[in-house]
Amino acid sequence: MGLFDYAPAPESRSVVDLKPSYGLFVDGEFVDGSAGAFKSVNPATEEVLAEVAMADAADVDRAVAVARRAYDEVWSRMPGNERAKYIFRIARIIQERARELAVLESLDNGKPIRESRDVDIPLAAAHFFYYAGWADKLGHANLGPDPRPLGVAGQVIPWNFPLLMLAWKVAPALACGNTVVLKPAETTPLTALLFAEICQQADLPPGVVNILTGAGATGAAVVGHPGVDKVAFTGSTEVGRMIAKQVAGTSKKVTLELGGKAANLVFEDAPLEQAIEGIVDGIFFNQGHVCCAGSRLLVQESVAEEVVDRLRERMKTLRVGDPLDKNTDIGAINSAEQLAKIRTLTEAGEAEGATRWSPPCELPERGFFFAPTIFTGVSQAHRIAHEEIFGPVLSVLTFRTPAEAVEKANNTAYGLSAGVWTDKGSRILWLAKQMRAGVVWANTFNRFDPTSPFGGYKESGYGREGGRHGLEAYLDV
Amino acid sequence: MSETKKAETKKADAKKTPKAGKAAKAAKAAPQAAVVTSPAPSPAPAPAPATPRSSVRKTYKLYIGGAFPRSESGRSYVVTAPSGEFIANAAQASRKDARDAVRAARSAQAGWAKATAYNRGQILYRIAEMLEERRDQFAQQIASVEGVNVAAGYAQVDAAVDRWVWYAGWSDKLTQVLGSANPVAGPYWNVSSPEPTGVVALLAPARPTLLGLTSVVAPAIVGGNAVVVVAPDAAAVPAVTLGEVMATSDLPGGVVNILTGAPAELAPWLASHLDVNALDLAGIQAGSTLARDLEVSAAENLKRVVRPAAGYDWSADPGLARVKPFLETKTVWHPVGI
Repeated sequence: MGLFDYAPAPESRSVVDLKPSYGLFVDGEFVDGSAGAFKSVNPATEEVLAEVAMADAADVDRAVAVARRAYDEVWSRMPGNERAKYIFRIARIIQERARELAVLESLDNGKPIRESRDVDIPLAAAHFFYYAGWADKLGHANLGPDPRPLGVAGQVIPWNFPLLMLAWKVAPALACGNTVVLKPAETTPLTALLFAEICQQADLPPGVVNILTGAGATGAAVVGHPGVDKVAFTGSTEVGRMIAKQVAGTSKKVTLELGGKAANLVFEDAPLEQAIEGIVDGIFFNQGHVCCAGSRLLVQESVAEEVVDRLRERMKTLRVGDPLDKNTDIGAINSAEQLAKIRTLTEAGEAEGATRWSPPCELPERGFFFAPTIFTGVSQAHRIAHEEIFGPVLSVLTFRTPAEAVEKANNTAYGLSAGVWTDKGSRILWLAKQMRAGVVWANTFNRFDPTSPFGGYKESGYGREGGRHGLEAYLDV
Repeated sequence: MSETKKAETKKADAKKTPKAGKAAKAAKAAPQAAVVTSPAPSPAPAPAPATPRSSVRKTYKLYIGGAFPRSESGRSYVVTAPSGEFIANAAQASRKDARDAVRAARSAQAGWAKATAYNRGQILYRIAEMLEERRDQFAQQIASVEGVNVAAGYAQVDAAVDRWVWYAGWSDKLTQVLGSANPVAGPYWNVSSPEPTGVVALLAPARPTLLGLTSVVAPAIVGGNAVVVVAPDAAAVPAVTLGEVMATSDLPGGVVNILTGAPAELAPWLASHLDVNALDLAGIQAGSTLARDLEVSAAENLKRVVRPAAGYDWSADPGLARVKPFLETKTVWHPVGI
């Protein structure tokens, strides 16, 4: 047990009305899939939440045809101010049904209710609200005199922020006048299906948003469909690379938001109290299932011991367990498969000679859980220093000079995000400039906002989501 | 220190008056020679038949890291006019040359990106100045390699000069036009700005030679990238001459590296090179298997790829279509408080 004992404070799941099975959402209604069904599991308890239809190539064909028709006949012709109203409506309904969405997200994904309630769902609503306002102002976005929609967007999203990633994809696509065929992740389809109901409630014209549940093959069929004009993918670099190859030689416009191995740099003059919170937030937020997680801590040698000591003390207070408990800091790992991957990499860390430490913590007997873990004595050659673990595992390295910090921080094939902690203004600005990463958090970490462009350098992908920049991915300018 | 200065001054003086120096030497040498060989006055020699002066031709080499090396492969190829007339032997760049060029570009990139936008703009403008000064030379070269009349050559040079000027002016405006201050919902300062993606490989179009080359190189370097450009076949002649313009324009060596030869041979190595960040397929035939294969190779390290466009009009207003693909957007957050 940690410093404090809390009584359980579970959020009620009665707000969610789960059906035993869900179909595909095509042309404004739920239909059966042609390839059977699969189960979505609560990763905290391993109970089956619902059966979900598996879409195959024939379903993709139909969804793309429907989306094309909706694009040609309705959505691309509708004046921007009218499109905007539907998107505003969606934003409002997400707010109205926020608690239901938050509970469902925590059930299906395993993330703490505190995060789904305070981060995922409010941000998803904010994205729709932000992009709704762009729909009738695209000519003012400084992207060209006559920006035009692209057509049908095929979108494939990951399991770490299911509804939020849906919002990042769907909101700008609709605002720009495109229609959508979206495939949610295999392990987290449920909030996307609830979103389909929200589209119905909003009276969104049929076919503008289509949601096809399934696995990798379904995603590949969406990406590869000749009727898809735009591909947007968030997920691993490995799959992103496959998609880039798949669309080669076509005229499809592509944006890819892929993996990361962010450096979080702590200098000796940093406000350490805040830095510790930032480090914890950087790597343990959402169980570390964050592409921009601060998974490599680079500490200046002179304060390394103090930082690691304080970090260990702080980690002892982290509460791992029931995602629906409002006191939980670290919920369940999303799937058995992901848990196995985290275990493999942490075992490699030990085998390669790094020192592993976790606070004493009792993990629930059922479900997929992993204790927050740090590795010290990590060298740049270790797998845990350059492979994305996507779990609550932090690798600690040290540096002496700012130049060495920059060298080590940029020594990665990825380039999604970076963190810097120092009290010196000129150094912050210099470091921000040196980081080869799309997002730099200075004296903060893991902040997101619909107005703020997000996306990577190098093998973390290309294109930006969020802000004015995010429009360009969905427009022919 | 003062000695060095003196020596430099002497050199400079000597450079300034080469003709006077030579004349003085000749005057000194002449009487001595007369004393040794022929004391008696001799009759004037019969006039020799007039020999036409042979011109001094230029060897066309590559432009890598600010120097003009031959291909390490020792290979060359014949550049002919469309009429079949011999123009030059150009260096046929190899896979190794391509790698050397990428390394030169990588070494130069950080320094070029660090230069102020004002400075980069002035250097691009300087290229325009140097190009303008060599207007006649380029017009002749374009006319001979493209088989067009000299007037068309001049028109193309003028368009190329104007294009360098257009991009020169962009250098210190890109951040304002492409960046943004973002009103996030919280106590944070949040700003997005464009940054160069790094090293860009460019496959220049075969025609128009100079304008095509300019239209792929200038937009890639204006934002701080370093480039390796392949000038195909006969485009080698104006390309290497453009390299001479760059070498005398204060452009740091390695920011632009020019390879001449066969795109089909060189492009695959550039497309698959893991230290290249982006690829412009301008000169590859749109819809071809090669274009697709190059894009597949480029996917290995997720290069930013500009696909070729069929029937692209190189004289049209280019906008920022070739600038933006080679810029990343970086967003920086910082808390606001007291």
